Amino acid sequence: MNNTVLYIFLGLLVVSALLTVMIKNTLKAVIALACTSVILTIIMFIMGAPLAAIFELSVCAGLVTAIFASTISLTDNPTDEESAEKNKKRLSRYVFLPIIIVVIIGIMFITKPALDFTWFTNTVAEDTLQNTIWHVRNLDIAGQIVVILAGVFGIVTLLKERSKK
Amino acid sequence: MLTIIFLTVVLLYIIGFYYLITTRNLIRILIALEVLTKGLVLMLIYVGKVTEQMATAQTMVITLIIIEVVILAVAAGIIINIFNRTDSLDTRKIFRKNK
Repeated sequence: MNNTVLYIFLGLLVVSALLTVMIKNTLKAVIALACTSVILTIIMFIMGAPLAAIFELSVCAGLVTAIFASTISLTDNPTDEESAEKNKKRLSRYVFLPIIIVVIIGIMFITKPALDFTWFTNTVAEDTLQNTIWHVRNLDIAGQIVVILAGVFGIVTLLKERSKK
Repeated sequence: MLTIIFLTVVLLYIIGFYYLITTRNLIRILIALEVLTKGLVLMLIYVGKVTEQMATAQTMVITLIIIEVVILAVAAGIIINIFNRTDSLDTRKIFRKNK
């Protein structure tokens, strides 16, 4: 039962990702991307990763959508003539996508890559999430702080007014 | 062993890469990167479940999400700057104008 629900949501994830790349309007594509994030959140809940799922839901479905929407609103939309011209060429762009998917998945079925992850498992018993975040991988937290600071300074540098000009 | 989750990850990678290569709109390139990241997150959670090390996988996913958002925010700032200078988001037009 649980597996069936998981497979349904995996299918929905692929459909939603396809919609994201195929929708013409960029704002609608961003909303489809948020839907993809929500479906991925549900999959992560089913697979037993609730904390990462909440991060995915709040950051990827919320903050990322807001960043995209503000970027789209700050950059003008193309005129109707341009978009009509693009619309003709747009669908022909995806002709090769199903062919590539069939070829790569066919190669995977023929070669059957060994997905053996057991070589790095169970050397230690699984730790609690709290202990892993704050003690085992505490350097990650320091790295995240540096990355966030770098991002903040980057945005400030990019968007500041050039007063001398 | 091929599982359906792994196939989904591969499909997301293919969709993301294909879109990244074919699109010429700067914002849509970022959307393609997001789709690729979704595949990576699903892969990390899958590996965490298979290896029974879900705590480590979750911490790595959190790190990945934070890095992804910072990259996205900076890239959005760069895109806005490019648009203000060239009045276009099409990579071909931007290239032509800077030639």
